[in-house]
Amino acid sequence: MTGWIEKNRSILDFTLSSLLRRKGKNLSLFAVYTLVVFMLGSAMFLTQAMKREAALILKDAPEIVVQRLLGGRYDPIPLEYSEKIRAIRGVSTAGPRLWGYYYDPVIGANYTLMVPRTDAPPPEKIIIGSGVSRSRKAGQGDIFSFRGYDGDNRNFTVAGELSPESELVSADLILMAEADFRGLFGFPAGQATDIVVSVRNPKEVLTIARKVAELLPDTRPIVRDEMVRTYDSVFDWRGGIVVVLLMMALLAFVIFAWEKASGLSADEKREIGILKAIGWETSDVIAVKAYEGLLVSFFSFSAGLLAAYGHVFFFSAFLFVPALKGWSVLYPEYRITPFIDLYQVAVLFFLTVVPYTVATIIPSWRAAIIDPDSVMRS
Amino acid sequence: MIKLLNVRKGFNLGRPNEFIAVGGVTLAMEANRVTVLKGPSGSGKTTLLSLIGCMARPTSGRITLRRGLLAGGYFPGGADAPEVEVTSLPERFLTEVRRRTFGFIFQQFNLVKGITVLENVMLPAYPLGEAHGAVKKRAHALLEMFDLAGRAVAKVEWLSGGEAQRVAIARALMNDPPVIIADEPTAHLDSKLSVAFMEIIARLKEQGKTAVIASHDPLVFGAPMVDRVVAVRDGLIDGEGQ
Amino acid sequence: MISELIRKNTGQARFSPRKSSLALILAGIGVLLVGLMFAHARFQRQADLPALGAVAAVVARLELTDLALFTEARYTRHPSQADLHSAFQDHPVALEHFPTGSIAGPPAGLRRRHDRLD
Repeated sequence: MTGWIEKNRSILDFTLSSLLRRKGKNLSLFAVYTLVVFMLGSAMFLTQAMKREAALILKDAPEIVVQRLLGGRYDPIPLEYSEKIRAIRGVSTAGPRLWGYYYDPVIGANYTLMVPRTDAPPPEKIIIGSGVSRSRKAGQGDIFSFRGYDGDNRNFTVAGELSPESELVSADLILMAEADFRGLFGFPAGQATDIVVSVRNPKEVLTIARKVAELLPDTRPIVRDEMVRTYDSVFDWRGGIVVVLLMMALLAFVIFAWEKASGLSADEKREIGILKAIGWETSDVIAVKAYEGLLVSFFSFSAGLLAAYGHVFFFSAFLFVPALKGWSVLYPEYRITPFIDLYQVAVLFFLTVVPYTVATIIPSWRAAIIDPDSVMRS
Repeated sequence: MIKLLNVRKGFNLGRPNEFIAVGGVTLAMEANRVTVLKGPSGSGKTTLLSLIGCMARPTSGRITLRRGLLAGGYFPGGADAPEVEVTSLPERFLTEVRRRTFGFIFQQFNLVKGITVLENVMLPAYPLGEAHGAVKKRAHALLEMFDLAGRAVAKVEWLSGGEAQRVAIARALMNDPPVIIADEPTAHLDSKLSVAFMEIIARLKEQGKTAVIASHDPLVFGAPMVDRVVAVRDGLIDGEGQ
Repeated sequence: MISELIRKNTGQARFSPRKSSLALILAGIGVLLVGLMFAHARFQRQADLPALGAVAAVVARLELTDLALFTEARYTRHPSQADLHSAFQDHPVALEHFPTGSIAGPPAGLRRRHDRLD
């Protein structure tokens, strides 16, 4: 056993000497490899963490939202629908929500105007999200002027701000009173944007949603699972696009690694011949190549992984922000909670280290079976 | 004692470019003697050396080694048989024989570039799994013996021809093999260094080593410590010298 | 003779760390850092839970359904509430022209659902 350890350490010594003499080449390989792991890892960490965070944040979202559809698009829903829904067995509450969008030409952003069903601000007062206050540089006591459906301007005084911690869900929100909302948009009385439904037994959500769809055929119920799954698929898609792009980079990298490993130079072949001639076995030569791959992979993988972690969770994925943000004005400022697990790291490992290892070990095996007398023949 | 019995070696057999490098050689080499295989290039002496050194297997014929030459390890054929036929050993035993029985000195020395003199000398010991400290000490001792102590950490490409030659010899002696095999060792050396090389061979002979050298250099086969010169031509033995 | 020389040489084996030792130490540091990464993630998650709970409370109070990530498109502020066609105005798999919208996928309900509710 000690002999085995000593032998492998000695082979490792030789591998390191051998790597160090092609410093430039191996460092550039390390840099490219690290970069690939970093990019893939960042994309993966970001999308996974956002998915988990969205699921956690939205766990108390309304259980069912009922929209009315008109011509395939959605339309204000009559208030009496909420009575009908409430009459369904198993429904505990059903109430109308009022919300809509307002485009602010001053800063070029879309606000979400909304009437909270509890603690709504008094008339002509608004409560703004921190994204709004930041981009408008507005605080308590400032006045917002909104142009109504009829062309008249209406003034609202900022009475408070939503907590900056909730920015991820509230950056663009403006809360106002119901009368102000209806007056501003000309939203007809007796109608609401949609209806939120809560259910007594969570297991019955789907049954109740189906009953709603049967009772009110012009509506579309959206259950909470679907909302959360929307975020799953949004981030899957988002991550997927990035991963597809990065896969091409990965492929190019694997081809590069294969090329490097299979295109053994005459010098390297001679060297393997020398080792064989002085008593190294095929397995010893393969061990050298395997350690070489292992060392490069291990150090690149851990460096890339740590860099990705720092990038996403300490620096809020600042390199990806331009792509995520686009020309969004009200993009929330948030620090991402590090939801990572071994599974993700393992996936990343299989996406990067395995292809590299396969691409380098196979050609080196071919080189390692050089006959020991090849050095004598040349 | 190394015995060759009707050994033949052919390449690309059965193809149009088939050729016979060694065509039926029977030869016995005594232990603790210096034997030179003399012959022009292409005579088959290098192939003969690689067959003796267990780097390649003969196409037919047998090679036997005296058991005393097979230091360490277990070899089949009965513990008390005086001789072992190496031609029939499986590959892993041949590797073992190459490691422990033979030390090789190649044409152009074939040092591994880019690593230090010390590491080059230590290389043959790496697969044996000996303690690193002991291996390093032995390598230092060998370097000292060949006046290379000051060059231990130098890269091999910085060495002079004479130094490279001595490093190659030190590497061949690393596992303390009983037999030294040298292929055209003086081909790239001037006369002074060639003479120096043969003096080192003389010293090794004094220590009880056996040497088999392939060369067509008169400074080699004419040297006083050479016990026997075997002329090789066209893959066959073509007479003997002193 | 060689063994004599070894004895003579015993005292002067110079100390220089073995390359494999350095590599193994570096590898150990790497493993340690990756371990620290997981530890930090765990710690940070624990530390962030109250803040996430506060956000969830805002969601519950205001009955919100979506994250405020995609504010510049009419429907992307509330991807889960969008009507069935708006995310794919041109073609079901066409990328549309808002930068964030272009990487937001179709609403989950459009692609697979527990049940037909629409």
